[in-house]
This record gives sequence, C-alpha cells and structure tokens, in this order.
Amino acid sequence: MAINQEFIGRTYPPTEAYSVGREKIREFAKALGETSPCFFDVESARELGYPDVIAPPTFAIVITMQAGGQVVHDPELGLDYTRVVHGEQRFVQHRPIFAGDEITSTVSVDSIRSAAGNDMITVKTLVHAADGELVSTVFSLLVSRGVGEAS
Amino acid sequence: MTLVSISHVHVGLELPAQEFVFTRADLIRYAGASGDFNIIHWNERVAQEVGLPSVIAHGMLTMGTVIRIVTDWLGDPGKVIEYSARFTRPIPVPDTDQGTNIKVTAKIAELLENNQAVITISAIHNEVTVLAKTVAIVQLAP
Repeated sequence: MAINQEFIGRTYPPTEAYSVGREKIREFAKALGETSPCFFDVESARELGYPDVIAPPTFAIVITMQAGGQVVHDPELGLDYTRVVHGEQRFVQHRPIFAGDEITSTVSVDSIRSAAGNDMITVKTLVHAADGELVSTVFSLLVSRGVGEAS
Repeated sequence: MTLVSISHVHVGLELPAQEFVFTRADLIRYAGASGDFNIIHWNERVAQEVGLPSVIAHGMLTMGTVIRIVTDWLGDPGKVIEYSARFTRPIPVPDTDQGTNIKVTAKIAELLENNQAVITISAIHNEVTVLAKTVAIVQLAP
C-alpha cells in the first residue's frame, strides 16, 4: 500500500532535550572500536579546540533513531513497522556533538516515493544545541517492503 | 595528532586499508551503546525465523566502524563534515570466537573548495559489497 504523499513536509514537535554525557560518548566510541583520544580524553579533545570529548561521526543516530519513532509509529502515516528496514543513512555534521550538549531533535518527512512495490520514506532530523545552534542534519531512508514482493 | 593538510593529498590517494572483525560480543556491545535492541541482532532463533542465516550486524555498527578508516587517518576525527552510506547486504555474524571480518579501503575522489575532500569508501565482506555509495566529506587543514 502506497504511503500518502501528503505527508511530505510534515514536521513533528521538537523532542525533549537529550543530555550528552562523557561516559555515553566513551561507551559508544568503544563499541565501534575507536581509539582516537579525542573521544575518550578531555585534554586531547581540548588540544584539538573542542570544549570536551567529541562524539564519533555516527553518534547522532543514538538520538535521532529515537526521535524518528514519531514518524515510524505515526498511526496516520500507516507504516507497517514490522516491514521497515534501514536503507540509507546520511549525516551532515556542522560541528561534532560534544559531551555537555543538550540536544533537541526536530523530525520531518523529507520525501516519500514508491519503487518495485516498496515504499521509501526519508526522515530528516535537525539536531540543535541548547543555544539553538544547528549541530547536524541527519537523513534516514526507511524502506517498507511491499507484501509478497520478490526481492 | 594534527589535521591532515590538503597539500598532502591528491585525487586517487589511498588511505591505509583496514580490516575490522565483528563477533557476537561486538553486536551486543553496540546494541547496548546505541540503544538499538532490534532482536535480529542478538537472537539467532528469531533471525532465522525471518529468513536470515543467523543474527546480523546492525547496519549502523557497520557504518560507524567503517568510518574509522577516515577518523584514524584524519588527525582530527571532528572534521568529518558529511558521511553517507546505503545498506546493501546484511552481515551475518557467526557464533564463533573468530567472528567475521570486513575489508575496508578508501581513496580521495575529489578535492573541493575551502580545503575539503571527498573520500569514497569500499566495505567488502565475503567478497561482496555490504555498504554502497559510502562517501565521507572531510575538512582538511590548508
């Protein structure tokens, strides 16, 4: 079933602030096998000009995946969550996320298209710091596999 | 570590190749660190019920690991200003101590204005590309 094109541009309310902690960044960096000191050591990050340890380039997914749930579970959109797979991911990083950031995410539906019986929806998340600075823009392409499609 | 200078790179330059290993423990660790507890990444029974050969790596674990070829080289990992990938093939992770490995290569594809460079990345598992259109844009020093 094709998703209603009228949802393109729909914007959801900003999320409550996510507090980025040093230990969360260290845990995430370690889970990726990262060894660069700026993810773990405050002094090393400061030597590079950052106020605190910085998060790896894909850390925003921890925050935006949760925020994107607003779209995936929007009953009006009617996406069948059990048939959704992650198709593509893109991060535009205006600056790294730092420990100490208070992040809010604003999610919108960027595009909807159908191909080969699958619905493809691009969810765009604007990631803002507490002072309103745009930190990253994150795009997730979700593919809702059509029923009975031959892959 | 200092940021790589644009004067030290040229189109076609290859970054040092890397090989990464995923074991079941890596999947569990990433699930906890990322909050992505999708059951197909840790439960063999359910993974097989939905037609997968075994549990598979999180696409975002693969994407997040593969960019290390850039962050390990760049000198300042905060200068990755754009990073994108398409998830083409799942990576089954066997229940063995050795796990499974991914071979990653990367090269400078284009130099942009303002000392920026486009890097294309290849990630191969069992001779098959697992991430397609994997591109990073980095800010280099003058």
